[in-house]
Formats: sequence, structure tokens, C-alpha cells
Amino acid sequence: MDIKICGPGCTKCHEAERLVKEAVEEAKVKATIEKVTDFNAIAGYGVFSTPAVIIDGQVKCVGKVPSKKDILEWIR
Amino acid sequence: MEWKREWKPLAAIVTVFVSCYYLPIGYDRFDNALSEALHLVKWYAREHVLLCLVPAFFIAGAIAVFVSQASILKYLGATANKVIAYGVASISGTVLAVCSCTILPLFAGIYKMGAGLGPATAFLYAGPAINILAIILTARILGPEIGFARAFGAIFFSIIIGLLMHFIFLREEREKAAVQAAMPEEEVTRPLWQNALYFFTMIGILVFANWGSPEEQTGLWHLIYNNKWLIASLFAIALSIILMSWYNLPKWQVIFAATPSVVLAFAVGNHPTIAFVAAVIGLSVLISRREDETGEWFRESWGFAKQILPLLLFGVLVAGILLGRPGNEGLVPSEWVSRAVGGNSLLANFAASFAGAFMYFATLTEVPILQGLIGNGMGKGPALALLLAGPALSLPNMLVIRTIMGTKKTIVFVALVIIMATISGYLYGMFY
Repeated sequence: MDIKICGPGCTKCHEAERLVKEAVEEAKVKATIEKVTDFNAIAGYGVFSTPAVIIDGQVKCVGKVPSKKDILEWIR
Repeated sequence: MEWKREWKPLAAIVTVFVSCYYLPIGYDRFDNALSEALHLVKWYAREHVLLCLVPAFFIAGAIAVFVSQASILKYLGATANKVIAYGVASISGTVLAVCSCTILPLFAGIYKMGAGLGPATAFLYAGPAINILAIILTARILGPEIGFARAFGAIFFSIIIGLLMHFIFLREEREKAAVQAAMPEEEVTRPLWQNALYFFTMIGILVFANWGSPEEQTGLWHLIYNNKWLIASLFAIALSIILMSWYNLPKWQVIFAATPSVVLAFAVGNHPTIAFVAAVIGLSVLISRREDETGEWFRESWGFAKQILPLLLFGVLVAGILLGRPGNEGLVPSEWVSRAVGGNSLLANFAASFAGAFMYFATLTEVPILQGLIGNGMGKGPALALLLAGPALSLPNMLVIRTIMGTKKTIVFVALVIIMATISGYLYGMFY
């Protein structure tokens, strides 16, 4: 599973990254977690608004910090 | 001794020691500046935080949660009507991006995936300038005319800047976006009018709780001033009813949360701020633990408070030390300010605009700094010029924009902003 977290580095993006890492640990799923901070790359995924979470190429959440419940649903 | 590592703590200790050794305390100007800074902080805390900033945070939080980004981004996408895109881009900063770090990804997205360079730069310029918190604080502290001029100037000139960018770079090919823009999912839709009324009650509370005392002792304005708390309370009651009816808050909980405030409103009627604070506490207790949108509303508002209050405190201290309270001086002599940016010459407007464009202003800090500058003799025109160029741009910000649209476009954009800000300031200064 490939998880990308898009964000330039503000508190919301760090929060999203933290929640994703915790969720992955809790669910005991194998996943690579990558933080994308370059705006051109973020725009390249079609993401207009950060933070955003992309799992296996699919954009799951745009523009807000997802709840851990939601993240667990996506990765299970 | 590992000097390679230990030089750093040594340098820090030496620097702090030398600063303390040569502390300018005892020099009148410095002591006075310190005193001014502390007076200014106290004034802000007393006059603006509770009644103005706190409601503003709740409004900003509500915007972040209840205004559908998706419905706005539709107008800024690749297939959108280009003419409408400019208008939407210039105004949407108020509702799309209350956090300055949201502006850049949106700009990159609109530019590369969406409506293109024109609307993207219009948004890039207008967004930070018309962020809702900034407008509220500007109107409150610097006056409604300049608050309105700032909003209007930002919106109007952002369209012009966007159009100019579009035409200047018309011939350049832009890579067609191959990826479809990912839209955030549509949330539960409440009818627009219900959302609008909800916002209207909060804005009503904000406006009337902060209604200033007018010069004349008679007339409509004065009548409103005498009854401002009554009117604000009516809006608060309306908000409670709305929260109960449309936002799924349990009736008895809302009433329970509102009771201390109502009691205090009658018990300590001559200190309405106490009832106001009780109402805020009641609301917070009511929604902060919830998992639904109202809980999210609180979390967003709290997020803004955490982010902005320290910055504002810092900005006020800096403004106080450098410029003092309005009518007083800080470290900087007023003559320097009036000579550089006093009056309304084109040069003064340009100086303000240029300085503003390169200087970094953390969110909202432009307000106390501008207040200090105006108090030290800055003209109204240059003040507006600074407001229009300052928050939108800074040197670090320009470097990031450069990675998105390249050096040439960035230079043209910055130049256009400085020119527009100068002209707007000059025109405003002529009429006010």
C-alpha cells in the first residue's frame, strides 16, 4: 500500500501525517508513507487544497485533516 | 572538548551576555518604547481580543467547515467559464483560505490544473488580502473605511492583475493538465439559506458587540450604540435557535449552556463583557466534545486561535517597541516615518508598497504595525498601499511562487502588485 500525504508543512499537514502513521501502526498494515511538499507535485496529483491523503493513487481526502476512523476504513 | 559542536552553545551564551551587558535600558527612548509596547499589548487585550477576535475565530472556523470548497472550485477548474473564474478567484479568498498556507497549493492547483494563470494570480493576490480575520481586525482597529478599501482594492485589482498576467504571457504554451482535478467530496448539504442565516447571526453578534460610540449624541447611530448589547443578545438568541433547529444540537443542552450567560446579563448588566465571555464558554463546552460538524467547527476555530494569537501578540509587541501607541513614539522617531511615507505623494505610496511587498507579515500582524505607522505620521494612502502589498507578498513567499510559475512570471506579478498597490494608495489618499 502506498500512502502519500500532501502538504507544504503547516500544522494541519503534520497532524494528517501523524494520524496516518498511527492508523497504519494500529491496523498493522504494510504501507509506505510519503510526505509530498513540492507544490508542483501536489498540483500534479490534481490536489488543489492541502492537507490531502492519497492511497494507492486514489485521492481519499482533500483540504482537511481526516479523522483516524476514516483513515482506518481506507487502509483496511 | 568537541569544539565543532560546542561552539554553538558558546556563541549563544556570548551573544546573550553581550546583549544584556549593553542593554539600552536607562536610555529614555528605549524605556519609553518598552513601556509603549506593554501599554499597547494591554490595550489590545482589553479592547479587541474578547469581543472582536473570539467571535472572528468562530466565524473563520465556521467558514472552514460549512462553506463547500467543492462548489467554489467548480468555478476555478479547467472547464470553467474563464470570465466568471476571475470574479470568483478574486472574491473566494474570503471563504477558501483563511490560513495563509492554504493559498499556495490552491494557487498551484488553479494554475496547473484549473482555470489557468490569470485566475490563479488573481486568487494569489486577493486571497491573503481579504482573509476574513484580517478584514475584521482592519475594520475594527484601523477603521471601516480603510477595511472596506482594503477588501475592495484587493478584489478589484486582483482581477486586473490576473488579466494583465494572462495577456502578458498569452503566447506561452502551458502544459495541458492530464490528470483530472480531485474534488473534495460533497458534504451533507444544508440549504444555503440556513447556512447564510447561521453566518448572519454570528456576524450580527460581532458587529453589534463592537459598535463604536459615535460623535453625536443623537441620531440612529447613537440609538444603535445605546442598545448594542440588546441587539447583540437578540442575535445570540437567534444563533441558539438556529443551532438547536438546524445543526442538531440537543435543545436542553443549548439552554443549559446559555443560562449562565443570561443570568449574568441581568446580574451584572453594566459589565456585558462578563455575560459575553460566559456565552463563549457555554458554546465551547457545548460543542467541543462533539464528533459532528459543530465539533469540527470548534476544532477549526480553536486551531485559528492557537495559530494566530501568538503571532498577533508578537506583532503587537514589535509594533509597540518600534512605533509606540497611536500618538506616541517607540524606538523609531516619527519624523523618519512622516518623511518616508507621510502625505500622499506617489513616492510615499511607492515606498510603502515596495517595503510591504518584500517584508514578511505574519497573519494579522500588519494591523498593529500599520496602526503604529499611521500614529507616527504615515499617510492614509501609503497605509492602504502597504495593506495591499504587505500581506499578499513577502520575500520568502516570492521564492515559493517562483518554483510554481517561474522567475519571469513571478517578477512581473510582483511588479504588478507593487504598481497596483501604489496606485490604489494614491487614489485613496486623494479622496480621504
